[in-house]
Amino acid sequence: MSDRVYSKTAGWQDMAAGGVIPQAGNAEEYATGGWRTFRPVRDDEKCIDCLQCWIYCPDNAIKVIDQKVSGIPYDLVHCKGCGVCAAICPVKCIEMKPETDFEDEN
Amino acid sequence: MGKVMPLEGNNAIAEAMRQINPDVVAAYPITPSTEIVQTFAKFVADGKVTTNFVAVESEHSAMSACTAAAAAGGRVMNATSANGLALMWEILYITASLRQPVVLNLVNRALSGNINIHCDHSDGMGARDSGWIQIYGENAQEGYDNCIQCVAISEREDVRLPSMNCIDGFFVSHAYEMVEVEEDAAVQEWIGPYKPVRPLLDIKNPYTVGPLDLWDYYFEHKRNQLSAYPNAKEAIIEEGKRFGQAFGREYGLMECVDLEDAEVAVVALGSTAGMCKDVVADLRSKGVKAGLLKLRVFRPFPDAEIVAALRNCKAVAVFDRAASYGASYGPLYSEVAAAMYTRGANVPCVNIIYGLGGREIRPDQIADVYGKLNDIKTTGQPADPVSYVGVRG
Repeated sequence: MSDRVYSKTAGWQDMAAGGVIPQAGNAEEYATGGWRTFRPVRDDEKCIDCLQCWIYCPDNAIKVIDQKVSGIPYDLVHCKGCGVCAAICPVKCIEMKPETDFEDEN
Repeated sequence: MGKVMPLEGNNAIAEAMRQINPDVVAAYPITPSTEIVQTFAKFVADGKVTTNFVAVESEHSAMSACTAAAAAGGRVMNATSANGLALMWEILYITASLRQPVVLNLVNRALSGNINIHCDHSDGMGARDSGWIQIYGENAQEGYDNCIQCVAISEREDVRLPSMNCIDGFFVSHAYEMVEVEEDAAVQEWIGPYKPVRPLLDIKNPYTVGPLDLWDYYFEHKRNQLSAYPNAKEAIIEEGKRFGQAFGREYGLMECVDLEDAEVAVVALGSTAGMCKDVVADLRSKGVKAGLLKLRVFRPFPDAEIVAALRNCKAVAVFDRAASYGASYGPLYSEVAAAMYTRGANVPCVNIIYGLGGREIRPDQIADVYGKLNDIKTTGQPADPVSYVGVRG
């Protein structure tokens, strides 16, 4: 029973028996941003840094530095675009915009 | 040296479980396997084993608890029959996919409907693609011996697959036989201490078990699982030999009775094979070159070995104690015939469906089958590909 590192180019012989993931704590490496059709855009002028978006984000896509979220970009590799942050924001400073608005960036 | 005791098939298996002393048993009683769990529960209550016995509310929960306990790092056993196995269906696949060496004692019984508590192999055959090793015993002695061997086979590092120790309901489970029971210490020494691979309770080395596995990895994981079955076949042969060295009763993938020069042969699983042995002996005394292939291991299916044993016969009948509804043939026949065709063995093979729902089969009915095979041999005329022996009308 081998303990190989996962990679999408690895063959079946390289898989860990039982389909287990031997490397613990690797959820951060799993990119979930590809599922997103809407992206949160925050108006930092309105944001009061209450951190509710950070608490409610189900996928660790909102980063906090020095107890603040304002001015800090979303982690779009992990943001699934669920819109929970926009719904929970008490000052409505987050708008969910369609990904098609950002085609140039993508 | 062991001692010879009069035991029912169920109690023989319970005795093996007592000697194995697994860490966890989670089970829900169902006829005809109830006595296994009932007897074992008494062993737990009497302090004869140190097993954690988990009383659950269904077979689905029983198998879930067993699979989880095995993942946690325990040596785990269980018992069930028929609809109980069917209720475990979802989890059976998971146990095998997670490569957990759980041993399930399956007392074969017909699946509903209509409701029937008696023997046939429809339960085991229904689980044939779930990834479990399946070993079919002929009598209580084999039920006892196979239970012990299943532990060693399943736990081998290159196997790590769950196994079913199958005996025929009532015919074996509720019939008293003289069973040679080995010394407790000898059984413990033979199976050895359990060495779990990546136990979840090893909290210093965490890992993820049972993750989401989509199109990007699932196929590779399944191919990886498939690679364990040839190893399982080797393990069954090696452990069968090792068992023979220790206790004097050697086992292999199958038992060949008078097959070397047999012209007409039958293939059978379970207790029926025992009756076939008597019929073969009788026919041999009358000059008929009859033989028997008693298949012990149905999963992994030993196709090359079966073809090697049967390829010089002139006519073969495969006995199925289960039907495959909507298919043309019974499950055992389909696999034997596919193996013969694939390996270029051009032997006429017919399928006998018999004994559904506990209908007994008599020696004269088996002898009739050999008679029909003799006709095929002498006239070269094809017979009915499928016949139903023992059904009225």
